[in-house]
Amino acid sequence: MASVPVPADTPRGLLRRPRATTGFWSWFTTVDHKKIGLLYGFTAFLFLIVGGAEALLIRLQLARPESTLIDAGTYNELFTMHGLTMVFLVVMPLSAAFFNYLIPLMIGARDVAFPRLNAFSYWAFLAGGLVLYSSWLLGGAPNGGWFGYPPNSTTDLSPGMSFYSLGLAMAGIASTVSAINLAVTIINMRAPGMSLFRMPVFIWMGLVVQFLLAFSLPIITVALFQLLFDRELGTNFFNPAAGGSPLLWQHLFWLFGHPEVYILILPAFGIVSEVLPVFARKPLFGYQFVVFSGIAIGFIGFGVWAHHMYATGLGPVANTAFGLSTIIIAVPTGVKIFNWMGTLYKGDLRFTSAMLFAIGTVTMFVIGGLSGVTHSVVPADYQQTDTYYVVAHFHYVLFGGAIFGLFSGFFYWWPKMFGRLLDERLGKLHFWLMMIGFNLTFGPMHVLGLQGMPRRIPTYPEGYGFDLWNLVSTIGAFTIAASILVFMWNAIGSFRKAKDAPADPWDARTLEWATTSPPPPHNFDEVVTVHSLDELWHRKYAEDESGKVVPVQAGAAPEDQSHVGGHGIHLPGPSYYPLVAALGLPLVGYGVLYGWWLSIVGAVVLLAGLYGWAMEPGAEEA
Amino acid sequence: MAETLRHEASHDTSTGLPNTKLAMWLFLASDCLFFGALIASYVLYRGASLTGPYPNDVFDIPYTSVSSFVLLASSLTMVLALSAFQREDPARGRLWLVTTALLGLTFVGGQAYEFTTFYREGLSLSANLFGSTFFVLTGFHGAHVAIGILMLLSLSAMSFAGKLPGDQSFPVEMVGLYWHFVDIVWIVIFTVVYLIPTPNPT
Amino acid sequence: MTGKRTRLAVGLAAAAVALAACATNAPQDTLDPAGPYAEKIDALFKPVFWVATAVFLLVEGGILYILWRYRHRKGRERIPPQIHGNTRLEIAWTILPAVVLAGVAVPTVATIFDLAAEPPGNALNVTVRGHQWWWEFRYTDPEMQVGDNLPLVTANELVIPADRPVYLTLESAGSEFGNGLGRAVIHSFSPFRLAGKTDVIPGKTNHMTIQADEPGEYPGQCAELCGFSHGFMRFEVDALSPADFDAWVAGQKEEAAAPSGIAGDLIASTCAACHTIRGVSTAASTAPDLTHVASRDCLAGCIFPNTREELAAWLRDPPARKLGSFMPDYNLSEEEIEALVDYLETLE
Repeated sequence: MASVPVPADTPRGLLRRPRATTGFWSWFTTVDHKKIGLLYGFTAFLFLIVGGAEALLIRLQLARPESTLIDAGTYNELFTMHGLTMVFLVVMPLSAAFFNYLIPLMIGARDVAFPRLNAFSYWAFLAGGLVLYSSWLLGGAPNGGWFGYPPNSTTDLSPGMSFYSLGLAMAGIASTVSAINLAVTIINMRAPGMSLFRMPVFIWMGLVVQFLLAFSLPIITVALFQLLFDRELGTNFFNPAAGGSPLLWQHLFWLFGHPEVYILILPAFGIVSEVLPVFARKPLFGYQFVVFSGIAIGFIGFGVWAHHMYATGLGPVANTAFGLSTIIIAVPTGVKIFNWMGTLYKGDLRFTSAMLFAIGTVTMFVIGGLSGVTHSVVPADYQQTDTYYVVAHFHYVLFGGAIFGLFSGFFYWWPKMFGRLLDERLGKLHFWLMMIGFNLTFGPMHVLGLQGMPRRIPTYPEGYGFDLWNLVSTIGAFTIAASILVFMWNAIGSFRKAKDAPADPWDARTLEWATTSPPPPHNFDEVVTVHSLDELWHRKYAEDESGKVVPVQAGAAPEDQSHVGGHGIHLPGPSYYPLVAALGLPLVGYGVLYGWWLSIVGAVVLLAGLYGWAMEPGAEEA
Repeated sequence: MAETLRHEASHDTSTGLPNTKLAMWLFLASDCLFFGALIASYVLYRGASLTGPYPNDVFDIPYTSVSSFVLLASSLTMVLALSAFQREDPARGRLWLVTTALLGLTFVGGQAYEFTTFYREGLSLSANLFGSTFFVLTGFHGAHVAIGILMLLSLSAMSFAGKLPGDQSFPVEMVGLYWHFVDIVWIVIFTVVYLIPTPNPT
Repeated sequence: MTGKRTRLAVGLAAAAVALAACATNAPQDTLDPAGPYAEKIDALFKPVFWVATAVFLLVEGGILYILWRYRHRKGRERIPPQIHGNTRLEIAWTILPAVVLAGVAVPTVATIFDLAAEPPGNALNVTVRGHQWWWEFRYTDPEMQVGDNLPLVTANELVIPADRPVYLTLESAGSEFGNGLGRAVIHSFSPFRLAGKTDVIPGKTNHMTIQADEPGEYPGQCAELCGFSHGFMRFEVDALSPADFDAWVAGQKEEAAAPSGIAGDLIASTCAACHTIRGVSTAASTAPDLTHVASRDCLAGCIFPNTREELAAWLRDPPARKLGSFMPDYNLSEEEIEALVDYLETLE
């Protein structure tokens, strides 16, 4: 991984590009999709610990009835920040980490379409997260729930909900430009021969997710601006005294919010669709159905939003329409479960940690999906909504589904990213602790909800039947925490090992395993020509006349040796300007709260970053 | 940017479309939803303001028609600019680019004058629902125009300084796509907000 | 091994659900409906739940079986046949769930419209106002009024006749509308055993019908985050037999006796700024109506039992008892508190 040489006539001064591609400071100027993926992953994991700590405090408060451990105001901040953190600062960026690292590798490309835009996305995401968290120090964290319903969120006197608008808007900008970047990469930069239906399912899910992001984020951005303007500029978007409707926010928020949940789960579905075939030693069952159901979910997902609003009095016709669309979306979602079962059926199943987590995703998502079906029974939802039954549902799909899936991805792709395998015994301990802890935490919440425990309450009275299950749930939460500690021990321990993982430790099927572990900066020495789905598998195995699978003779060295070791490959060079441009965003945001002069400074910094970006020379000339 | 453009010239893409063009179309599609939500908010609150001033009290349709025409004309000059660059006449191309920017500036200036007039007549962001939805919608559109003007002038300067590589028409085409989009959005806004009448509440 | 674990898990889950349904200490238990509007929901939910349970057992059971049956066994190195799919099977397992779901959809839609229907003609009309953080009840029917077009107004407890539908009109109150002290925000009226919840949205009027089949107490809560004390915004529906209800109405219609001494001074100078006590002061009604406060079981958003001690503790320092309370600490002396409590206790 040598530094890229810079030609002698490079301009001095502001437009001189950085040269280092290794070392601590190179992380601030990198445009390598793999390093950016690692940045996303590491940052998201830190936020996971913070969001998890918030959850533990919530569970401590709820362990006993009529507890006064945490006051009501702080409690509102805790569950708001827990939700915001887990959705926007953990699951989304963890998915982005995997997409960033793997998309070019899996499609046989050397980088994403716009490497500096990629770096900008990461720094803008970080800025959004830090601005959101700075609220704790600057007058109070957001306390209106992650869904921020006005008028409560527009009229609350603490500045928290303004930080909410600003932080999420920045994170939204990050995700929107990243979505455009990754969508163009997938559509336009596939290796020769990789038609759309030879792409891995993980890539297909990634493509659907980028479109969902690109089309849903603008809607919430508008809503966030309207919220911010109601709070800071006296507009009337959600002001009932001026004729405004609080329901406008709900419609706009959920028009984003529902596609958002598919954004959160489809990456995990993609990971499961890669992991199960590898450890069952047979292909994904029904590739086309899985792909089409993912696309169908993407489309139908824009038509179900008001199922979050059944109790708001929209009327029986609207409730029926959204009830039916919600029932319909269960079909493409459920189909995948059967396809995954078909993948395992008659396979040769090896229960590595990656496989265990993938199976965990499927089994836990079934539960979450079924409780979701009960939600789609609209009148039943009149009882379930805003109770712990909903909390159970979404944790089963988001934690049981998305987080388990992401951990499967960690175990599966760890050797590719870091050149070392994670320890399997620690992995299995982690899995079982997490599985047990997770079900102990969220299983009882179904019961609590049906017994009438509402959401977002800091405590509950004795004698309502809530005591036992809340205590069990808290014990489960600490069990989950223990499992995370096991994972961290495993991760840190892996770095003490030698970097000797093979290119293809799992005998896998897709292109990322055709290069070294970790890959060189240019990903592949030779641009691969793809002849089929599961290209790598078909290079290793063929079927003989009787249909039995036999290994292929190891091929001769490729004729074209010109690019071995990366010679003659042009890679985009590092740059300061994505970071500079991203720095402008929080300045603009803080200026809204503390003085327009600061916003102007921020705009200047942003523009300077963008101009530098546009004007800087290309860094490499072979 | 120079680096991206050079790369695109030398590499094949799966669809044959350059990456930047695909990205621009995707961005514009995304921006459609942004304006869609803003326009929907305006339409949902049409006629719902509890106090004035109301649209009929402040709108000057002939005035706004003129400034709309100016913006429309700027799309024409944008096409002329692209055509000149494609004919490898960058000097003429720059002339049309600057003209486009000036027309855009005229539009923005006209809006600024219009808005200050409305404000003096009592229409502010906080006056009523009309003020809130109108100013936020047209304000975001104006910001898009302003960014477009910056891009047009920057392109002209870079072309003049010889900083645009090879086929200079490509970045001009990209900015052109953005500029036409902003113009089309204005046509929708002008129709929905100004031309479709909002009866005063009884 | 995994099979046993499954059976154990399933058994525990079923037991839990059964226990939950039978719990005696679950006064907000939606699985134990106490009136037709909640029963209709329950009648729809329970069959769907059992269908979901059956699907759960089939699918998870199937997965566990497959995991056990096709696990890799040492010494048997093989690559299994590379099956890519089975179009007919996949179509079948797309259509089958769709059919089951269609079966669920039909009674769902029927129940949506059933619950949204106009209430029967004999329904009692009550307007429910959500405040930060308490519930106000206004009985608007002519026979319930206490004066010229003046509804009977109470708080915290919704007293209704048993076995008769009650048609609720839901509004959000607040300083923006001049009818409350706090901010007008979204609440949700959730009476659990009597009906599903309906949101209370400022600027919008929602409706719902509830009915309790038998006399009894049916607690409920606010179910939409509404600020600091959202978790302390409870209420109770008291269903009374027709005779008891008539007696209650008659009692509520009476005016309060006038206070004297310290209590009288305080009420005139301070309390009347927000509280109505019919017969004493109707100057303002942005806080709970106290005319018959002693007839209620609970105080302050139904979070404290209505006892001398709790009443005194409240008067001593309301914001300390309930975060964000819009009733400030008036720094009352113990003597003043005694006097007020003595008087309030007479307001049966």
